[in-house]
Amino acid sequence: MADDTTAAAPLAGDPIAGDGTTPKIAVIDVWKSFAGKEVLRGIDLEVTTGESLVIVGGSGAGKSVLLKHLIGLIQPDRGHIVVDGEDLTCAEPAVCLAMRKKFGMSFQEGALFDSMSVFENVAFALRRHTRMREDEIAARVHECLAMVHLEDVDAKMPGQLSGGMRRRVGFARAIALQPEILLFDEPNTGLDPITSAAIDKVIVEMRDSLPVTMVTITHDMSSAFRIADRVAMLREGRILAVAPPEQFRVLPDQYIQKFLAGEPLEEEEVA
Amino acid sequence: MAPEATPQNAVVRFFERIGSMAQGLFEEVGRFFYILHSTLYWTFHRPFDGAQWLRQMVRVGVDSLPVVGLTAMFTGMVMALQTYRGFERFHAEGFVGSVVSLSLTRELAPVLTALMLAGRIGSSLAAELGTMRVTEQIDALYAMATEPLHYLVVPRVAATTLMLPPLVALADGLGIFGGYAVSVGLLGANPVIYWEKTFQFLDLNDVFSGLIKAGVFGLILSVTGCAKGFFTTGGAEGVGRATTAAVVMSSVVILLSDFFLTKILF
Repeated sequence: MADDTTAAAPLAGDPIAGDGTTPKIAVIDVWKSFAGKEVLRGIDLEVTTGESLVIVGGSGAGKSVLLKHLIGLIQPDRGHIVVDGEDLTCAEPAVCLAMRKKFGMSFQEGALFDSMSVFENVAFALRRHTRMREDEIAARVHECLAMVHLEDVDAKMPGQLSGGMRRRVGFARAIALQPEILLFDEPNTGLDPITSAAIDKVIVEMRDSLPVTMVTITHDMSSAFRIADRVAMLREGRILAVAPPEQFRVLPDQYIQKFLAGEPLEEEEVA
Repeated sequence: MAPEATPQNAVVRFFERIGSMAQGLFEEVGRFFYILHSTLYWTFHRPFDGAQWLRQMVRVGVDSLPVVGLTAMFTGMVMALQTYRGFERFHAEGFVGSVVSLSLTRELAPVLTALMLAGRIGSSLAAELGTMRVTEQIDALYAMATEPLHYLVVPRVAATTLMLPPLVALADGLGIFGGYAVSVGLLGANPVIYWEKTFQFLDLNDVFSGLIKAGVFGLILSVTGCAKGFFTTGGAEGVGRATTAAVVMSSVVILLSDFFLTKILF
């Protein structure tokens, strides 16, 4: 795995040609700017099938924007997002919509539908995209809720749940359709350390028990090291480095070391 | 460093402001037609969510009954009061029924009902979709391979467009009844003459054209409300701005389009 440590990782194989070494997700030279401000500046990244990649970076580094590119919620100005050999950036809207069935995404604050109960939230995609009977849907919903250690919350409305519970319902909703790829947007933000560790535990359990590829973005390094197979550092819209956790900790880059130690940057280092 | 305040700079700033206002206007119009076009496109795509349509129709139709009923009835009553006193001066009280029925069916019932619903439904559509946008619920729908325009916007626009005509028909009836009650009950008009004059000059076309207007107004206010909500940015403040803008814009567009519709229909 030593070769995994890269400064802008060269892509293995040809993701568009699909030559057998195709990564699950390939991000190829992606650029994005909003109102003239460049947020992503030539991102190259690949995620192999079954791995858990955690993208870390400071506030405003472009993490959420990058994650939303992966599922096609944002289209890049330049570059390609290739999922299972299919270029999401060139695909028709209908193809994009269908491709999203491969994904499950958990949002920062859960993004639960507040007009629906917990049960209806988790059952939403099942009712929309499958022909399952109501009893089958109920069984699947309970299975998903059990996986995130939630019981007896079916009838509750999102407003009645704590922050940690909302995130876990979001996880249950994301896995309901048995997706191949799971995306987590800042799963620990705003949670206390104990709840945060419990959330990490649920993510690790899902990583180990489900046949999924996972991409998580966070700025919480302890959480990143708990759930990652590889960690990628994003800074000022560029990938600074990608490495397995044990190698990431000892990377000689000054910014990464300060990020790990939680130290402020010198004035000349601030972008 | 701030640019020097010269007359040339003031001229440039003036034209910049006009340019940005024009750009804003084009953006609003573009968003309106984007939502309108997408709604028409997705209306004929599966899955057809009957339960959502029904829920929205109850929300727009049944829940609006008290406010629409009261508005129409009191408008009819005031119309009768005003015209009776005016017509009395040249002994034409008998025509109060005609004036009330014609003005209500052709103009007042559709416009006032639409304006009431712009406040009640247009604002709530903008607030609801705006909140869903800023709390990432709309992104969550996309992420679950569900087109939000299909799931959220189509039932709301369809329900408003379909429910406005029946509401206006009801408003017509209640308004005419209000006029009758005031004329006969309060001002002592002859009930037989009142009904006779009410229907003598009232054509079915007057009623139908009012109902067509109502459908168009329903489409305008729901698409405006959805467009303002769907493209909301800027958190809670943004939702507040979108809600206000939805009511103001749809009211203005309803009044403007009323002129052109009246010119075309009558």
